[in-house]
Amino acid sequence: MIAEKLGLFRSRLGWIVPLIIMGGTLLVAALNLLLPPDAALHVPGYVIALLGKYLCYALLALSLDLVWGYVGILSLGHGAFFALGGYAMGMYLMRQIGTRGVYGNPVLPDFMVFLNWQELPWYWYGFDHFAVALLMMALAPGLLAFVFGFLAFRSRVTGVYLSIITQALTYALLLAFFRNDMGFGGNNGLTDFKEILGADLQLAGTKACLLLASAALLSGFYLFCRRMTRSRFGKVLVAVRDAESRARFLGYRVESYKLVVFTFSAVMAGLAGALYVPQVGIINPGEFDPANSIEAVVWVAVGGRGTLVGPIIGAILVNFGKTIFTGVLPELWLFALGGLFVFVTLFMPKGVVGLWPSLMARLAQMRERLGYQQPQHQPEAEE
Amino acid sequence: MNTSHPIGAAPEYTQPLLYLDGVTVSFDGFRALNALSLMIAPQEMRAVIGPNGAGKTTMMDVITGKTRPDTGSVFFRGNTDLTQLDEAAIANLGIGRKFQKPTVFENQSVYDNVLLALKTDRRPAKILMAGESQNERDRIEEILGIVKLTARRHRLAGELSHGQKQWLEIGMLLAQEPQLLLVDEPVAGMTDAETDATAELLREINKTRTVVVVEHDMTFVRALDVKVTVLHEGSVLAEGSLDHVSSDTRVIEVYLGR
Ligand SMILES: Nc1ncnc2c1ncn2[C@@H]1O[C@H](COP(=O)(O)OP(=O)(O)O)[C@@H](O)[C@H]1O
Ligand SMILES: [Mg+2]
Repeated sequence: MIAEKLGLFRSRLGWIVPLIIMGGTLLVAALNLLLPPDAALHVPGYVIALLGKYLCYALLALSLDLVWGYVGILSLGHGAFFALGGYAMGMYLMRQIGTRGVYGNPVLPDFMVFLNWQELPWYWYGFDHFAVALLMMALAPGLLAFVFGFLAFRSRVTGVYLSIITQALTYALLLAFFRNDMGFGGNNGLTDFKEILGADLQLAGTKACLLLASAALLSGFYLFCRRMTRSRFGKVLVAVRDAESRARFLGYRVESYKLVVFTFSAVMAGLAGALYVPQVGIINPGEFDPANSIEAVVWVAVGGRGTLVGPIIGAILVNFGKTIFTGVLPELWLFALGGLFVFVTLFMPKGVVGLWPSLMARLAQMRERLGYQQPQHQPEAEE
Repeated sequence: MNTSHPIGAAPEYTQPLLYLDGVTVSFDGFRALNALSLMIAPQEMRAVIGPNGAGKTTMMDVITGKTRPDTGSVFFRGNTDLTQLDEAAIANLGIGRKFQKPTVFENQSVYDNVLLALKTDRRPAKILMAGESQNERDRIEEILGIVKLTARRHRLAGELSHGQKQWLEIGMLLAQEPQLLLVDEPVAGMTDAETDATAELLREINKTRTVVVVEHDMTFVRALDVKVTVLHEGSVLAEGSLDHVSSDTRVIEVYLGR
């Protein structure tokens, strides 16, 4: 009976999540755009940007949950895919600055002029077109994940070893992007963006649109992932996660499944990064910091691994906590995060989402106890 | 005795379905299999016995592609050398395997476990598009009936008893529709009644498929009533009917001398 209720709860949840995300952001955007700044319910602009950032993090968490929660690949380098998507967007935004830069060069971004470069490096070609940039937001992280995954999964690297090399991957990219001669702005990264698709990034309307776009992307990917994980394909993924060699002996080429999902997940992370950049206004090598990827793992663990909705909640909760916490005690944040991770691993292995079923079960128990006062009643009659 | 062969067929002259030719596997210098040669005829059921560490599981590992032998080859249906293929390819050729320790997908329903095992095109792109056909549903129900798990189809496989998990795994083997089934210690941890039922089930399966069973349990092997191969230190010590091998002095020595 309890299981039935949970099943119903789960199937309804599928539509509730995108409804809450879309409805919530629409409401917030409306309160920001339609109310005068002095109205009591007016939502200030910085909240819009903050929410947009959270939703991008939530999408990153969702992408991580797909590989970690459903296929058992603990990626400690998903931040790299996020950052690559971010850089692709950053390059597009840099090209949109045009003559409005400090040096007024119509083609070269400021940092290139500063480095005395005479022409645009070949890999910047085409980034003035949004379509090309969009393609690269998906292609750059996707291709990297594909090549990396092809090599790693084919040689059957799993568990801790795989996690370590994903960490190494993002660290290597961190070092590479720090170099000025890479042509991505070095230490400072890409910033001072002016407009996106012709819309001024400083305008409240543009910011609200970016927030809504993040919400729509997150909702879309959530529904897609939900369908995928419940399909026959998803069952194979869980089989690979729980008993990899059994799946192999059933005839499933495990490395192909891992590769497909890992690559898809990297594309998701890349698109999350791409939407993140115009909302925070900068992308720099710091996004490749291995600590970022680990932080994303904490979001997933806190929310509930392998539940799709959990990581979304986890990302938003933890980042909300981070915003508050770093305002008060910034130097203690990493300790708090570490402590949270230990706490969740020890006491809430199924995360925040895992609390719900046990809460419902306890509620049902209580109701049963209250309802069945007659001593004759046998509770075994349940099945 | 050879009830599994069609009347008039002479298994001695047919091409073997499986042929292990001088297979040697060493782990750090220790020879788990030592120039092992073995022939299994089509439609045969063979029992492989032998003391712990004799190399029975290692033999299955070699056949299913988990372990590559140092020397020797394993031929399936005449000319396919299994030592050149990986696990998935071998499984898709029609070789199914039941592990010594029952291995099912614990977090998925009994029904889904069988669904996952059903014979289909296993490539990701195909599975991504695949639903569940009515044919497949019927086949799953049929298999659940055979392994007596119909009433538990919606339970998580992890909630099954040890014996039920063994049967579920056999059901999954059936769903694969393999030509050759390798079954490693199917009755370990089963009650006597369950053991009898398992022998019955394997005999039933053997009517259409070739089966190699590894087992310690002598009552079970006796119940199977098939040709027996005794493995010892990685090679064949004796072969023949159970009565024949159990009167062999070397076999007695190996079993009693331990
Ligand atoms: N992966 C391995 N590494 C090292 N030694 C192994 C390995 N697998 C099996 N062995 C050894 O090979 C021998 C045969 O093992 P196994 O095939 O499992 O025997 P059986 O199934 O007949 O009990 C044993 O001595 C075992 O310790
Ligand atoms: Mg064994």
